[in-house]
Amino acid sequence: MEQQNETVSFGMWLFLLTEIMFFGGLFTAYLIYRNWYYPAFVAASHTLNIFEGSLNTLVLITSSFTMAMGVWCAETKRHKGLVWSLIATLILGLGFLGIKADEYHEKYVLHHIPGTSFSAEGFVHPSDEAIKAGEKPLAPDMAAKTEVYFSLYFAMTGMHALHMIIGIALLCGMLFKAWRGGYMNGHIAFVENFGLYWHFVDIVWIFLFPLLYLISRHQ
Amino acid sequence: MSEHFENHDVNAGHTENEQHIVSPKVYFLIFLALLVGTALTIGASYLEMGPWNPVVAIAIACIKATLVVLFFMHIKYSSKLMKLTVGAGLFTFLILVGMSLSDYFTRAWGQW
Repeated sequence: MEQQNETVSFGMWLFLLTEIMFFGGLFTAYLIYRNWYYPAFVAASHTLNIFEGSLNTLVLITSSFTMAMGVWCAETKRHKGLVWSLIATLILGLGFLGIKADEYHEKYVLHHIPGTSFSAEGFVHPSDEAIKAGEKPLAPDMAAKTEVYFSLYFAMTGMHALHMIIGIALLCGMLFKAWRGGYMNGHIAFVENFGLYWHFVDIVWIFLFPLLYLISRHQ
Repeated sequence: MSEHFENHDVNAGHTENEQHIVSPKVYFLIFLALLVGTALTIGASYLEMGPWNPVVAIAIACIKATLVVLFFMHIKYSSKLMKLTVGAGLFTFLILVGMSLSDYFTRAWGQW
């Protein structure tokens, strides 16, 4: 039985390692382009909403904690505790996506979504408030490279959000089963593996947040 | 006879399994550590440290990720096989990312 349990989480870890490689490719692309188009990446990074980014970090770390508590409740056969932990994780996960959607909407308003409606005008001619805050105007060719930043921003946060959506779908199914009295017989491999997946998604955000939002803040 | 039963105790594996359950206290301490790490990384991003800003940001993120892997994901309490697998995966990851980055970052070496 010990060996069977280990095999299940071993398989889950192999899957997560492939996921790490996948996100690693995106991170590498981001670091290389940041090195090439440094001024554009600094200016574009400054337009991100640091309050919402920090709030989302808080929300996601808390949801990781509630999920860890859910795994503990399943291990110690606490039915109510498991249901409430999963509900808390679900609410926090949805809260994360809600805040993310608000950030995406802000990008839409500012024409920062890559594509035909993208405009780097705000980087060539910054608003008076931005200049007061220390923002320097970029040359038009460098300002155009902010589109690369936003492409990577949407690719990375979008893939992360997709993982959240898949996680929330699985979480709903698990919550339904737990609510009906499931996972109380010691067969909790699904809960444990979902926990691993959820913590992995948290780790991806732990790296996304400083790289996209914070790394150029002081300039 | 009693010795014979002790050696084949079906609960022997079970009690060992029980030790793998991480207590809520540990989870809560790690949760607090992650919150402190988040506050530190936000604070550090507003300090002017030149080339050290990204280094500090990534270092704090690595510490936070390590805490999550060790405690939330139970690797600290797992078998050697699991530890080695995760370690080998991270090692391969670092080679792929590190080699790619060192190539791109040194292409214009000496031309600035």
